[in-house]
Amino acid sequence: MTSWALALFLRDLRLSVRVGGSALVGVLFFLAVVTVIPFGVGPDLNLLSRIGPAILWIGALLATLLGLDRLFQADRDDGTLDLMLMAGRPLELVVLIKCLAHWVATGLPLVVAAPLLAVFLNLEPLAMGAVTLTLLVGTPALTLIGAIGAALTVSLRRGGLLLAVLVVPLAIPVLIFGVSAADAAIHDPVPFLTPFLILCALSLIAAVIGPVASAAALRFASD
Amino acid sequence: MFEDLSFSLNGGSALVVTGANGIGKSSLLRTLAGLVPPSHGSIRLEGGAADTPPEEQAHYFGHQDAVKPALSVEENLQFWQNFTAPAPAPGFSVRSVTPLEALDTLGIGHTAQLPAAFLSAGQKRRLSLCRLLVTSRPVWLMDEPTSALDRRSETQLLELMNAHLAAGGLIVTATHSDLALADVLQLHLQAADAAALPVEDALP
Repeated sequence: MTSWALALFLRDLRLSVRVGGSALVGVLFFLAVVTVIPFGVGPDLNLLSRIGPAILWIGALLATLLGLDRLFQADRDDGTLDLMLMAGRPLELVVLIKCLAHWVATGLPLVVAAPLLAVFLNLEPLAMGAVTLTLLVGTPALTLIGAIGAALTVSLRRGGLLLAVLVVPLAIPVLIFGVSAADAAIHDPVPFLTPFLILCALSLIAAVIGPVASAAALRFASD
Repeated sequence: MFEDLSFSLNGGSALVVTGANGIGKSSLLRTLAGLVPPSHGSIRLEGGAADTPPEEQAHYFGHQDAVKPALSVEENLQFWQNFTAPAPAPGFSVRSVTPLEALDTLGIGHTAQLPAAFLSAGQKRRLSLCRLLVTSRPVWLMDEPTSALDRRSETQLLELMNAHLAAGGLIVTATHSDLALADVLQLHLQAADAAALPVEDALP
C-alpha cells in the first residue's frame, strides 16, 4: 500500500506547492487577521496577551477554511476524481492522504508562523509554546472536518462560502479545547493536560469520521 | 436513461456503441465504469479477480483528460502508474509499460520533462491515453476516443486498440466515427419513440 499512498501524497504536495503558493497565501491571510485585531481592540498589552491565544486560533481556523474548497474540486473538475474512484484503492485512505498532504502544505506553515505572530500579541514565551503546540495538534482536526464540507460541496461551483457555513459549527469543539488548553498553560489553576488531551482525542476522532464521511459524500457526488 | 439493455462481450472483442447525441452512450459507459449506479440489473466480469468489482478492472477514457497542468508530463503519468492498481486476468496477457515507453509509443516522448500546461489539446489527449498503457487492465471503456486526435494519432490509437483486443482484452467504446477494429459488435441506441429524443436531435 505504501507506494501508491506515497505517490498520492507527493503529487498533492507538489500540486499545492506549485499552484499559487497556497502555503504562502494561508500564512499571509493568518498574518492579516492577527495584525488587524490590535488595531481593533486598542493598544492594551494586558488585554492582548489575555485574548492572544484565542485570536491565533480563530486566525488559524479562518486561514484553514480559505484553501479547503479546492481540496476535491480541482480533482473533480478535470476528471481525476472519477479515475480515483475506479483506481481500486480504498477511498477513505485516499481522502486521509489527501488531507494529510493538504495539512502539510497549508496547516503546517500556520503552525510555524504562530510563534512569530504571537509576538505581535504580547504573548509570553510559555504561552507562545502552548499555542503553537495546541495548533500543531488541533489544525489537523480542522482540515479533516473541513474535508467533509469540501466533499459535500464538491459539485457546487461556488461552494466556498457554503463550506465555511457547514464547517464552522463542527469546528467549534476544536476551537474551545484548543483555546482552553492554551489558556490553561498560562493561568495556573487549571491543568494543561486535561483540555489538551481532549484536543488530541478530537483530532483522532476527526481522523476517523472525516475520511469516512468525505468518501461517502464523494461516492454520492460522482454521478 | 435507458432500460431493458442487455449485452455480453467475449474476450478479444469490442463493442461499438452508436446513437444520436444525448441518447445515453456516455451514461452507459459511466454506468459500466461504476460511476453511476444502475437502478436495476448488474454488471459482471467473468474470469477476472473474483473479489474485485468490474470497474476496478477497467480503464475509463472519457472526455476529461485528468491531466494536471502544474505537473510535468512524466510526473502525471508516473502518478497514475503508481496509483492505479493493475488488474491481471487469465487469458489477458499485456504487461504494463514504463511511462517513458508509453510516451514514446504515442509520439510525445520529447515532451516528458515539460509541464503538462504546454501540451496542446491533442497531446493532452494522447497523454491521457498513455494512462491505459502504463497500468494493465483487461477492460477499456472509451468515450469518443478519437476526439481532438489528428489522423496519424487516430491510426495509432486503432493499432493500440487492436493490439489490446488481440491480447484478449475487452473494449467498449462510444463513437461517431467508423473505427476499423478487428472484432466488432455494434450496439445502436435509439429512442423508443421520437418524442423522447432531445429537441436538437428530433429536428430533421
